[in-house]
Amino acid sequence: MDYRPSRPHTVGRQIASPAPSPVKIIIAGGFGAGKTTFVGTVSEIPPLTTEAALTSASLGIDDTSQVGAKTTTTVAMDFGRITLLDSVILYLFGTPGQDRFWFMWDELVLGAIGAIVLVDTRRLADSFPAVDYFEERDIPFLVAVNRFEGAREYRLDEVRNALDVDPRRPIIFCDARRRESVRQALVALVRHSLDVVTSEEAQRGLPRANTRVD
Amino acid sequence: MSTDPANTPGPVVRPYAMTGGRTRSRYELAIEALVVTTSFGEERAIQLALEQQTIAAMCRQVRSVAEIAAGLRVPLGVARVLVGDMADEGYVRVHQQPDRDEAPDLALLERVLSGLRKL
Repeated sequence: MDYRPSRPHTVGRQIASPAPSPVKIIIAGGFGAGKTTFVGTVSEIPPLTTEAALTSASLGIDDTSQVGAKTTTTVAMDFGRITLLDSVILYLFGTPGQDRFWFMWDELVLGAIGAIVLVDTRRLADSFPAVDYFEERDIPFLVAVNRFEGAREYRLDEVRNALDVDPRRPIIFCDARRRESVRQALVALVRHSLDVVTSEEAQRGLPRANTRVD
Repeated sequence: MSTDPANTPGPVVRPYAMTGGRTRSRYELAIEALVVTTSFGEERAIQLALEQQTIAAMCRQVRSVAEIAAGLRVPLGVARVLVGDMADEGYVRVHQQPDRDEAPDLALLERVLSGLRKL
């Protein structure tokens, strides 16, 4: 359908838009589980890398003789961006792979909607640290079993048993290379986070304030 | 092989020299905090330090602190200090959750969900 503005000068008019709201989802999992692929499949920008510089002090290394007196190292995090409606901008942050950078996760997860733990069934144990991390901190997360060519197909209940996660914890299949599959994984996580927040508020007996949309 | 320092790759200025050695910003800027250049910032951009000019140019469209750090190739801490200073001077506006430690509320989660469904 053709749309013609009644006056040409209205084209560049400033339209009052809501203040931009940033939100983020953490993409975790073992090395090679598909985090970078997952982020790249839905991101509207080529995935970027940001670095946090760390000193030996922040790494908790007391004996600096082995690493030199002023060692700095960097932790790299891949991330992508999806602009949603109403100026909501969703960032997807891939976690730094090395376990010794847990303190970096602590900063990353602040204020996050939740996390998706990607699992490669050929290396299931690689996802244990991420599952433990989010369970211990009561951060909403789901397990997404990434399908790799040539890997044996497991049923979701087999994966659930192997990971020993709560029966209420969502577990889904996901193909990190397919946009629709990644989108569905994100939807499933946000729905889970909504359930968690709703039930927490119900437990505290709070009225459902500020839930009106628009 | 030349050992001329001018030929070695890497930043010309050590990252924390840009921030006067400060590694912490006054603000608790989230990694995903959104930054937008104000019209005042656009007017004054030419007078700013080079890296702040770059930030002012990048943030004509809304960008996160993480994107600024990646674009400038500086650590996150440096980007936070630079953005914090620019916010102090009114060159940029910063948008983030009112409480950095709190997960988004129901209303925002519902907006995210409907946005993802329409993606």
